Amino acid sequence: MEIKDRTAIVGIGQTQFGKGLPDTELSLACQAIAAALDDAGIAPRDVDGLVMFSMENGREVEVARNLGLGAITYFGEVGYGGGAGCAVVGHAAMAVATGQCRVAVAWRARKRAAKSSRPWANVAQRVGGAAQWSRPFGLLRPVDEIAMLTRRYMFEYGATREHLANVALACRKHANRNPQATFYDRPLTREQYMQARWISEPLCLFDNCLETDGALAVVVTSAERARDTRQPPVYIHAFAQSIPPQCQPMTNYFCEDPLRGPAWDCAQLLWSKSDFQPKDVRVAQIYDAFTPLILLSLEGYGFCGRGEGGPFTENGALEWPDGRLPINTSGGGLSEAYVHGFNLILEGVRQMRGTSTCQVPDAPCCLVTSGEGVPTSALLLRRAT
Amino acid sequence: MSTSWLVPDVDDPDSAGFWQHAARGQLAVQTCAECGQRRMPPRPMCFRCHSLAHRWEVLSGRGTIWSFVVVHPPLLPAYEAVAPYNVIVVSAREDPQIRFVGNLVDGPDKPFFQTDLQQLRIGAPVRVVFQEQDGVYLPRWMLESAET
Repeated sequence: MEIKDRTAIVGIGQTQFGKGLPDTELSLACQAIAAALDDAGIAPRDVDGLVMFSMENGREVEVARNLGLGAITYFGEVGYGGGAGCAVVGHAAMAVATGQCRVAVAWRARKRAAKSSRPWANVAQRVGGAAQWSRPFGLLRPVDEIAMLTRRYMFEYGATREHLANVALACRKHANRNPQATFYDRPLTREQYMQARWISEPLCLFDNCLETDGALAVVVTSAERARDTRQPPVYIHAFAQSIPPQCQPMTNYFCEDPLRGPAWDCAQLLWSKSDFQPKDVRVAQIYDAFTPLILLSLEGYGFCGRGEGGPFTENGALEWPDGRLPINTSGGGLSEAYVHGFNLILEGVRQMRGTSTCQVPDAPCCLVTSGEGVPTSALLLRRAT
Repeated sequence: MSTSWLVPDVDDPDSAGFWQHAARGQLAVQTCAECGQRRMPPRPMCFRCHSLAHRWEVLSGRGTIWSFVVVHPPLLPAYEAVAPYNVIVVSAREDPQIRFVGNLVDGPDKPFFQTDLQQLRIGAPVRVVFQEQDGVYLPRWMLESAET
């Protein structure tokens, strides 16, 4: 059994993005889901599937009680933070395609803008598990963990800060066209990038994503039912996940080939299930908690060869409208909002509906990826013809 | 919020042997007692032969810098107070796939946050030193070329 094109995203919804929003994460989740159901024209009582991040603070029963959902016959969750975005949508698609539910909702609500809410700010003095091998030495934050891989990557393949800047500048240019983006009215120049303060050398401030309060949701139903909903359906053409052998999330220094991250195995399954191949993809939403993840993902998903992610970004290749592969066309995690990458999924849907503020004309499909460096997932969305 | 240095939980059953060896000044790697497969970080089962039996193999304590970062604020208060500082990953000489996170120090008793950062270089040969922190001995590294 294949899920190819058997389900579609028929509704999207989101809250405002901000810092210090008064709402709880549960409230934000309910607002985003309500907006997504309204967008789809589907009644809350028709929802019978829920899929969420394991990290979600509002639970399924609370979401269902607040929204007045019907009987839920499928619910599940996916772990590993930013790796879970495409996965929760993919699980919703599998549940609908196999008849375990008929209308499934997937979402992410997150309040992370306050400094005290960042997980590395609340660790115990005694650290166990995987963290005991890195945190006592001062490798404290996600950016430090990825910077370590980045330095090695630059050493092995000759990638430069200019390449990382290409990623940051492309995302910022796209955000500057999106009124919903946090950095809508804040341009970024190459000079500003090069002069920015370090966070974890070789990564500077602008290599880091935003921290955002907000929520986003999607509604998934069958391709048959999608024909009768309010919006043009966006088909879930292919879906994949991966945990590569000997993977250690974030501090992936202990395996044979640390720079071959989860994207590679995820991509292998994704393209094997797809009628499209990388050469057919003209717009992509690639997980960008940190700029170097884009270079690794371009390689992992087959847009270029191993070690060629840096040069791929040259000559505006990632920029709308003329680049070979415009990425993160709403601004991405770097410049729109960082909600564990879920905003990338909604932007993929808008591209396939034709409603992006950086619309790529006539793209047949859009790749959306989730966190590289952690157990990950990806979706290939297809436009209705 | 933590206001002190982070230290490993040395009572973790999988890793206690590593920290016991560290307290004796030895860099040890968990090794399968059946098939000899080394594994880092430590874990209960050998991923090659599924044996639950292991031993601690004492390494030479020599290796090369695989990668490094220089960490800047914002950080936990204890670390922010001494930033910027270096963190390195070292590949063990006996087995380059066995790697350890640590810090480069200029001497056995020199704090990790007072290292001359200009010395950091991928591929540089290093040797282990152990530094006590809150009763735990942490493996840190000196350049092979450094004076002791």
